[in-house]
Amino acid sequence: MKVVYEAPKINTGVPTTYCGGCGHGIINRLIAEVIDEMELKEKAVLLWPIGCSCVNVNTMDIDQLCCLHGRGPASGTGMKRANPDNLVIVYQGDGDMVSEGMAEIMHAAIRGEKFTVIFVNNAIYGMTGAQMAPTTLLGQNASTAPGGRQVINSGYPVKMAELLAELPGTVYSERVTVNTPANIIKAKKAIKKAFELQMKGEGMTFVEVLSMCPTGWSMSPVKACEWVDTNMTEIFPLGVVKDETEGLKQQEEAAK
Amino acid sequence: MSKEAVFMQGNQAMAEAAIRGGCKMFFGYPITPSSEVPEYYARVMVERPEENITYIQAETECSAFNMIAGAAAAGHRSMTATAGPGFSLGQEAMSYMSAAGLPGVVVQIMRPGPADGEILPAQGDYFQITRGGGHGDYYTLALAPWSIQELVEIMQESFVLAEKYNNPVVVVSDAMLAKLRESVVLPDYTDNEAAPEEKHNTLTGAKGRKRHLITTCGFGAVQWNQFNNDLQKKYAEIAANEKRYESYFMDEDPDIVVVAFGAYSRVCLSGVKMAREAGLKVGMIRPISLWPFPDNAFEGLDGKQFLVCELNAGQMVQDVKLSVKNKDDVHFFGMLGGIVPTPKEICAEIQKVEVK
Ligand code: SF4
Repeated sequence: MKVVYEAPKINTGVPTTYCGGCGHGIINRLIAEVIDEMELKEKAVLLWPIGCSCVNVNTMDIDQLCCLHGRGPASGTGMKRANPDNLVIVYQGDGDMVSEGMAEIMHAAIRGEKFTVIFVNNAIYGMTGAQMAPTTLLGQNASTAPGGRQVINSGYPVKMAELLAELPGTVYSERVTVNTPANIIKAKKAIKKAFELQMKGEGMTFVEVLSMCPTGWSMSPVKACEWVDTNMTEIFPLGVVKDETEGLKQQEEAAK
Repeated sequence: MSKEAVFMQGNQAMAEAAIRGGCKMFFGYPITPSSEVPEYYARVMVERPEENITYIQAETECSAFNMIAGAAAAGHRSMTATAGPGFSLGQEAMSYMSAAGLPGVVVQIMRPGPADGEILPAQGDYFQITRGGGHGDYYTLALAPWSIQELVEIMQESFVLAEKYNNPVVVVSDAMLAKLRESVVLPDYTDNEAAPEEKHNTLTGAKGRKRHLITTCGFGAVQWNQFNNDLQKKYAEIAANEKRYESYFMDEDPDIVVVAFGAYSRVCLSGVKMAREAGLKVGMIRPISLWPFPDNAFEGLDGKQFLVCELNAGQMVQDVKLSVKNKDDVHFFGMLGGIVPTPKEICAEIQKVEVK
């Protein structure tokens, strides 16, 4: 029988703890698929954040470090500088990156650290129970923003893909989502491209993934997928924000 | 490498010793009185490329400590040097490295706190260093040299100890030892075997072996209880093996025992000698390991008078009281704010102690 679809090879078979309809599981799988395809299992080190994903360290058969809340880009700096040939993947959520670890991610990008950051933006704190995140939309309900986020208290949602693209140390920044099969394919391409650029030794590669959190959003999984399109992408537009690959290609040509 | 003494500043000699001890990665944030250490690393990175130095000026001490965690997890010797305010920012990572079993090395160059404080010599971070300054039940091995010679030797050994126990080590310096210049014989380059991957659970990519995982997230109370019990076993082992101290005139059955540590203990020893010349029977104990505290140094000393001299409000005095039976005979002489008493003043304090 011809195999048309199977679990990624680096998948251990340990079930995840994600809620039904959560985007994390899809994103984890895409990372695993790309590591398989690029045959990078023996070089990969995945740095987890604190959040819903950090209890899923047993699902992948690769080296992994679970970091302190927000500090992944700092520990990733030490790790990638120590062993530049490794594929270092810093996985972060919105609370981890944009609140607790804003200094770490900004300065890692300022220095142009040569690892890949996968930023899972679901506009809410999932693990701790639907509190407001820095990426929570204006008017979006959260347990610490009853009635919806207000500018006067909490300011505006932060657009990380655009913010980091401003910095010369970032060579690639793209925002994708995983709410439809077509978008999942695009997300996988973005992750693959980021890994490829990292292995070429380029600067920071950043992929922001808009992700569904049906539990935190108090929605059905189907409704949550729709909500990404109807509400999130207006504030967080999809697509490539910065891609210096062309410039790099030209440099390579010039060097020949 | 020649064995001739050189005349060198404490911070700089320490940095050179660390480089020769195989610590090629330094992550730091400038803070007085530690800044010559990052400066030294930055200069060696540029001027001695054969050393293959990585120096990163971190955005905060918080990041610097986490960079060490990452480099240590990747199997490389790495360190930072800081003072009280920066050490406070690093406590989250100290707790983390302790739980994660990461052999990071931190130099704490004490200055007077609390808060921004002053930039002069002090010992007010004793509690923070010896009690596990962050959250949770943990300890870090802490060694306090009194001279630049001892500092460079301890600096090199700290990496060996950190790797032996898979535990962070704090080298305890202060503004006096940091800025002091004196003769020192620099230690040679050490042969560093690459840290055995399996023992250190090193994260380098799972090539030809099972994956390695470092996590400090608990998986339920039963697992986390066991995890903590294992940590406590390690601390018991460190406590059994690593208590260090030196004693002076203690074999002459003194009536009074001065207890002091770090560079300040040199001043105290001068005070002890003055008191001896004045006819008093005085000796001195100098703890070198602050954690584990060398309580064994106090065995058989019941009945003597103790004078604990510190540049703080009386922190080590608690450990001395825990180490002796006659707690009412433990006296304290402290100085705050960065003032260092003279040997004469210390001698005067010794003379005030009533011998029963
Ligand atoms: S709370 Fe949200 S982010 Fe967390 S696992 Fe559930 S759906 Fe996913």
